[in-house]
Amino acid sequence: MRHIISVLLENEPGALSRVVGLFSQRNFNIESLTVAPTDDETLSRLTVTTQGDDRVVEQITKQLNKLIDVVKVVDLTEGEHIERELMMIKLKANNGTVRAEIKRTADIFRGQVIDATQNTFTVQLIGSSSKLDAFIEALSGASILEVVRSGVSGIARGEKVLSL
Amino acid sequence: MELLSGAEMVVRALKDEGVENIYGYPGGSVLHLYDALFQQEDVKHILVRHEQAATHMADAYARATGKAGVALVTSGPGATNAVTGIATAYMDSIPMVVITGQVMSHLIGEDAFQETDMIGISRPVVKHNFSVQHPEEIPSIIKKAFHIAQTGRPGPVVVDIPKDMTNPTDRYPYEYPKNVKLRSYNPVNRGHAGQIKKAMDLFLTAKRPVILAGGGVVIGHASEELRELIHLTNVPCTNTLMALGALAGRDQNNVGMLGMHGSYEANMVMHHADVILNIGARFDDRVTNGTDKFCPTAKIIHVDIDPASISKTIRADIPIVGPAKNVLDEMLAIVKASNKQLDAEALKSWWEQIEEWRGRHGGRYRTDDSELMKPQQVIETLDMVTGGDAYVCSDVGQHQMYAAQYYKFNHPNRWINSGGLGTMGFGLPAAMGVKLNFPEADVACVTGEGSIQMNIQELSTCNQYDIPVKVICLNNQSLGMVRQWQDMNYESRHSQSYMNSLPDFVKLVESYGHVGMKVDKFSDLEAAMREAFALKDRLVFMDVAVDPYEHVYPMQVPRGSMRDMWLSKTERT
Repeated sequence: MRHIISVLLENEPGALSRVVGLFSQRNFNIESLTVAPTDDETLSRLTVTTQGDDRVVEQITKQLNKLIDVVKVVDLTEGEHIERELMMIKLKANNGTVRAEIKRTADIFRGQVIDATQNTFTVQLIGSSSKLDAFIEALSGASILEVVRSGVSGIARGEKVLSL
Repeated sequence: MELLSGAEMVVRALKDEGVENIYGYPGGSVLHLYDALFQQEDVKHILVRHEQAATHMADAYARATGKAGVALVTSGPGATNAVTGIATAYMDSIPMVVITGQVMSHLIGEDAFQETDMIGISRPVVKHNFSVQHPEEIPSIIKKAFHIAQTGRPGPVVVDIPKDMTNPTDRYPYEYPKNVKLRSYNPVNRGHAGQIKKAMDLFLTAKRPVILAGGGVVIGHASEELRELIHLTNVPCTNTLMALGALAGRDQNNVGMLGMHGSYEANMVMHHADVILNIGARFDDRVTNGTDKFCPTAKIIHVDIDPASISKTIRADIPIVGPAKNVLDEMLAIVKASNKQLDAEALKSWWEQIEEWRGRHGGRYRTDDSELMKPQQVIETLDMVTGGDAYVCSDVGQHQMYAAQYYKFNHPNRWINSGGLGTMGFGLPAAMGVKLNFPEADVACVTGEGSIQMNIQELSTCNQYDIPVKVICLNNQSLGMVRQWQDMNYESRHSQSYMNSLPDFVKLVESYGHVGMKVDKFSDLEAAMREAFALKDRLVFMDVAVDPYEHVYPMQVPRGSMRDMWLSKTERT
């Protein structure tokens, strides 16, 4: 099963490598990984999506918690949560029919064209990973030149908070 | 406040931490540190002949005392040579602080002379590591290093210090912190009371209970509490390789070591138990055999200070996260206060069954199949000569298993071996680390002609510092454990397991200034060994010729259950 694990990490040199190293060392899978500082400059927030059965995910959270630089770990998929990923996708758009089709599809998915040349469109889309997958699928008729995805960020619904 | 250079701070911090001996080897990046060491007398430095030995000496000191050992090495090859020793300590949860030199900070990343990324290299085999970014951080980093190494589930910590951080002309105010607080590191100091209660409720209803003691009991200084619980309830106790001596080897309730080369009765007890109380053992693959067939009728209570060790390989029915000593104390209090007791009838018939298993002497060695001395006889003689009180520091291989099976330890913390990593070359430096700190004790290094050659250069260190350990070399002229596996699984094709061109060990050790003895006949062994131990102030190396065809038994059948064992070359359970 897919899990989204959120980690509060000391904002120290080498802290990220400990997390990434742990995953490869223990043969845990990483589907995506995002990391950035938080409002508290001493802390980074890291989100990792991974696949594994209950036993594996239990080990992942326990082993993460053991890292000295890890302050808190939460498996967001245990409760109600929101996940978002950002994608920018560059498409060949060199005639009116294609351009209209891309625009229409982007509208359906609430994407925006954020850059255009005579021959290309760059569309930005935000949503769950599966929504981004679906958008790529829907564009299968168009010619995709480049795809860049940010990886998943997540947050719990409601009043639950991951902080110190 | 006193002004000290970074180098002086390191040395002073070690002194303030109560460190008496450190083990190391100098080099370019640590020259300032060595100069600071030279100018004081509180911290004594032992010069080894290879950095791996320095880490094993520090490690063995920690195993014997529970306090972190300290090694000091230079950057680059000094640091990489230390990695095996760090990994050895990591696998067995041994507290250790390893200070590694690093090239000057402005050179880091430029492939400077003797530069390696020690933070990166050591990361998977340390509990934590630190890189010093400013000399003023040194006292707090060293304080944190000891704190992390020695608390919770212990482990090695590396402190990497670029040379310019120890510059003797840059001086900063020094104060050694009294306390340390890390918001992301709060090891538990007691078990959950509700879980402990639940565990004891289950335990006291058992009809075929067994206590499984692991390394956590030894490292956690919980041996007394363990013994009390065992004798209070009269249940059988088995132990892992790491917990020899937690319960005395000759104790009636001790059914011996379990696992791949565990005793017949220990593995039978485990397989048939209905409640297993595991204290401080991590159910590693050498203990469980096939996990899908592991102890089919047992409910499992698992006490461990590391939550990640619980339900990692074997699912626990009642997990308890906490230090062995505290949890055992609370268990004792519950048992003493409880009006419930173990079913006496059931326990009686359980013991009858156990005695029957015991009486079979499954897997015991024979002396009638060869003229040659049996390695097990050497260990039994060592046990007799030292009365079960010696520190036995083992290398890795068949001799390690014979020592574990046949030496009957009276006390914990005296069996010093590389259990998790299985590091050949561990034994001699380990024995040195112990002897140096316990000069009055009998310290034996049980080794083989393969393992001893992996750190034999340390005989020179022994000469320099007068470290009179007794080396018992079970010489079977082959890498015995490799050979055994080749006999059992590769139709005796002894690929590279034959030790050709062995040195004359007697002459070799004499050239290092020690006493060598060669023993070929069992009838000469006891007298020779008594003579060796009577030479209190000399290192004696006993080169003992043993039967090269001997195998270690029992040996569990791969991927079978606990009770599936080879008991001899031809006999299976």
